[in-house]
Parts: sequence; C-alpha cells; structure tokens
Amino acid sequence: MAILTYREALNRAMVEEMEKDPLIYLMGEEVGHYQGAYKVSQGMLDKFGEERVIDTPISENGFAGIGVGSAMTGLRPIIEFMTWNFSLVAIDQIINSAAKMNYMSGGQFPMPIVFRGAGGVGGRLGAQHSQAFESWYAHCPGMKVVCPATPKDAYGLLKSSIRDNNPTIFIESEVLYGTKGEVPEQEYTIPLGLADIKRKGTDLSIITWSRALGFAEEAAKILEKEGISIEIVDLRSLRPLDEQAIYESVKKTNRALVVEEGWPVAGFGAQVAYLIQKNAFDYLDHPVERVTQKDVPMPYAANLERESLPNAERVAQAVREILR
Amino acid sequence: MVLIRKFEEAAAKAYSIGKIGGFLHLYIGQEAVGVGSIAALEPKDYIVSTYRDHGHALARGLKPKPLMAELFGKATGISKGNGGSMHFFDKNAHFMGGHGIVGGHISLAAGIAFSSKYKKEDSVTICFFGEGAANIGSFHEGLNLAAIWKLPVVFICENNHYAMGTPEYRALAVKDVSVRAYAYDMARDHIEGDEVRKVHDHVKVAVDRARRGEGPTLIEISTYRFRGHSMSDPAKYRTKEELDSYKKKDPLFRARTELISAGILEKDLDALDLSIQEEVDEAYQFADESPEPPLSQLYQSVYAEDK
Repeated sequence: MAILTYREALNRAMVEEMEKDPLIYLMGEEVGHYQGAYKVSQGMLDKFGEERVIDTPISENGFAGIGVGSAMTGLRPIIEFMTWNFSLVAIDQIINSAAKMNYMSGGQFPMPIVFRGAGGVGGRLGAQHSQAFESWYAHCPGMKVVCPATPKDAYGLLKSSIRDNNPTIFIESEVLYGTKGEVPEQEYTIPLGLADIKRKGTDLSIITWSRALGFAEEAAKILEKEGISIEIVDLRSLRPLDEQAIYESVKKTNRALVVEEGWPVAGFGAQVAYLIQKNAFDYLDHPVERVTQKDVPMPYAANLERESLPNAERVAQAVREILR
Repeated sequence: MVLIRKFEEAAAKAYSIGKIGGFLHLYIGQEAVGVGSIAALEPKDYIVSTYRDHGHALARGLKPKPLMAELFGKATGISKGNGGSMHFFDKNAHFMGGHGIVGGHISLAAGIAFSSKYKKEDSVTICFFGEGAANIGSFHEGLNLAAIWKLPVVFICENNHYAMGTPEYRALAVKDVSVRAYAYDMARDHIEGDEVRKVHDHVKVAVDRARRGEGPTLIEISTYRFRGHSMSDPAKYRTKEELDSYKKKDPLFRARTELISAGILEKDLDALDLSIQEEVDEAYQFADESPEPPLSQLYQSVYAEDK
C-alpha cells in the first residue's frame, strides 16, 4: 500500500486514464500552467501537453459547453471547476444539455463527461465560496453524482467516473485534499453506486458521504467511550444510490442518523430519510434524524461559521438524543 | 425550401387539430437561410440548431417521415418521441440537435468544433441562433473560446428581428449583431437572407475559412418569420404592413422567379411542387399512423449503456 493524499490519488487516477485513452482531456481554469488551483492536476501539462491539459479563460458556461459538445462527438472530457461554487454559471450546460442529451435524442448521444472540482463548506471562505451542492445535482435524472471521502475511494471512483458513458458530477472535498490514506499500488476501480461500511456497529447507523464522514467517525469514537456502538455507511455516490446498504444497516441497528455538510431544506439527506421510513419502517425504533449545516448562508466570522457547520459533537449529541 | 414550407404548413395544420403538442416554432419565411447555409457544407460537417429546427433538419436532408413522426410524438420519430419539435437529433447526419435554451447551444457548437480540431478532422460546424441569443453569456463565451482557439465553426445569427415578442431595437444595444465579431477579432459578414444562392455563397466563404484552420466567422443573416414566435403567438406586436412588406420578399418566390428566368419551365416547377406535396402528405400519414412509444421506453436512455 502506498500512502497518498486525496489530491495525489485524484491526480494518479486522471494520469493513468489519460495514458490509456487519447480521447480523454482535462480542461478548466488554471489546470495547466498554474498546475491546478488546488494542485490536483500538478505535472499533467508536462506529461500530456497543451492539447490535452487545456487552460481556459474564466468562462464556466463556455467551457462546460465545449465539454458537452466535444462529448457528443466522441471525446471524453474531464471538466474541472475550480470550485463548485463557480459551476452555477454553467449549470445550464450541465442540466439542460449534459444531463438530458442522451434522453432527448432518443439514445443517440451518450455523454461521457466528468465535471469535477473542489466542493464543500468551511475554511472561512464566506457565503459565495463555501457551499455543498451535491443535493442540487443529485436532484436531476441523467447525471451521476459522486462524493468520495478518502484517497482510496477518490482514486477508484474517479477512474470509474471517467470510464462511464454518462455525465458525472464528481465533487471533491476541498478540506480533504491534503488528507492522507492508504491507496493500493495495484490499479483498481470502485463501481459507482456501491456504498462502503466504514465502521461496523450495532446501536445506530450514521449515513453520510464526503467530508461529513470525518464528523461521523470522530463522533463514533467519542460515543464508543460511552458504550455506544455506531455503524457508518459511506454512500460514496448519491446517484446511483446504494439503497440496499442503507436498509441492511438500519435493519441491524434500528436507528438512523443522516449527516451531511449541506443545507437541510430539500437536501439529499431528506431523500435518504424518506427512503428509510418508506422501505425499512418496521425496523425503526426512532424517527430518522439529520445533522446538517444550519439553514443560513455561510458567515465569515470564525465563531459563527463554527456554529453553522455540522461537527462531531453535534453528531454525537444527536445520537445520544436518539438513544435516550 | 418548398419542402420546408409545405412540411411546416402540414405541421401547423396538425397542431391546430391537436395532433402535435407543446411548442411549435415555424421557420416559414426563413427558408433561404437554412437551405443556403447548409448547402455550403459537406456530409462530414456538423449542424447545431435551435428550437426552430425543422427547416435546418430538412435542409440537411433528414427525411420528412421521422421528423413529422417526432412532432406527433411517435415511436418512429427521429428522437423516438423523446424530443419533440425542439429536439430533432440525427447522429448519422451530424445533425447535433435542436436545442431549447436560447443561446445555450452556442458554446456547445464550439465544443463540437473543438472536437474536430482535437481529432485533427477537417469538419466544420455551423451553429444557428437568433438575434435574441446574441445577448446571453453563452454567445460571448462561445465566441471568445472559438476565437482564441481558432475553432472551425461558423456562427450564423438568423436575425428575424423579434426575440419572441421583443423587437431588436428594445434588446440590442448595437443593432448589428455581426459587429460583435470585432470584439473577438473574428471574421464577420452581414447579408440579407432572402436569396438562397447569395446565402450559400457568403456562408461558403466562412466554411472554407474554417476548414483552412483560419478560425471562426460570425455571420448575421437578416430574415423574417411570417408566423408568430410559435403557434401560440398571434404576433400582435407587429403591423400587417410590416409583414406584407417582407412577404413581398418571400425567398421561395424569389427563387422561383430566378429559376424561371434561368430557363426552367414553370410546369416543371409545378410538377416538383406537387411531388413535394405528396411527400409531405405521406409523412403526415406515416406520422399519424405510427404507434406511440411503448411505455417501457420511459426509463430507457436516461443513462447510456456503459462501455
């Protein structure tokens, strides 16, 4: 096993896939000469040249459209948004073009495109740079939505996303780029739509993804000292969704808590809670609960930001209340 | 041009009796633009169209039957009934879609041209849009990217002077869309669109330029739609006098006059009209008699099969 950072794992996945398939290219702001705003594409310009690692002007709608058009004609673009906050000016291309091109053409135009980049909340970046958008994209049929939490998952899931013939929203956690983890030396992929049980337990299931996994894991350690055994289901992809993994865990623990970085209203956790009550109702000893970001734009002040964000203590407290 | 006119007249009839649903944006009056432009292309070239895509599709040589069936929402439609009037697609004919979001397809067309350049193929992409689309971000971003990368694309602004009900003078700070090419150091052209040969000759210059690797062109072609924005629009925002003045310049009439003066016999043209009407009638009947898509199709093609 090699120890890689989350960003290095993503880089390795892209490099390996681009070495194999000349139809794959990487495009975005500062991906080339600057070596990536978050250095995910470090070294790729030297390796693949300007024809395949392509710097764009600041024009997300334009280069997202370039990606979609090129995917219609057989290329396999990886489009990097410097952050997902900037994807909102390209959301027309993503939802109105990429997500439904295959459907509205009667199956004539598969859309082998990956939109990827930094997402998530925190870091005192303020309201416009600190937002979790996976729920927005997961709302729309026609796209796949992937949110890896570890270097190992980031590598395997990005490779699967690049090889997929559908538009994939691949949201990397900005806060996790520097985190390290074991990544097998041998090449591997992780199928999209397969959750991972990150921790086994018996008293309560925490269902989570991306950076919120860390809050769950930390909370589980705190609770373990209190004699509470937590199981953690890391969804890894929201579309497709591994519903079975959720139900199996809930059948075992009889209690569920969804933990996510995003806002509560119409958030993806609401869908998970609905599915559990619909399909595992008989196994529940308590209503499904959620821990989310507070329902406000992100404040800048350190104490207010802290108050807004989910964290391990809030997760632990929610678990205690469910079990009380 | 006659096929487009007759096809759309038949479609309008079908719409009025409820056989066609949704929006139906007719191209009647603008035929010379699509026919002249697309005649300048080769089969390897690509076309990206708007929600007013019937004329472009027919000009590309797509058959009336699957197009009419698409309007009827039938399984035999060009997009299997999933697309409708605004979403004609034919991958084999390099007809890259009618697109329903005004201007959103402009950067997408640049992407198709990017692909040609990436793969070192000498295909050219033509992108049609109206003057209303010239004000949205995708227009500016698409043109800028096409210009800095010298992509083989010809942007054709079909200026029919109304963005739905808004006349150009209330929407465009500079009335001549083509001069926006200067902002992107791009070649430009501006012509009247009622003479099909003239349209062809001007567009051909731009297509050849793109194929030589000399970059994109923005062409504004002035034209006029005889109908409203869509079938549901009575077009009360314009005067009868204005409409009549443009009808006098009907591109079909002009083409016919030119052909006759070139020695083509009137009776031969009449015979041609008749055979085209028969083709349209057959398309109508085919669409009407075709089955609706099976309900099992509802979930098909949401995702492509994995490779």
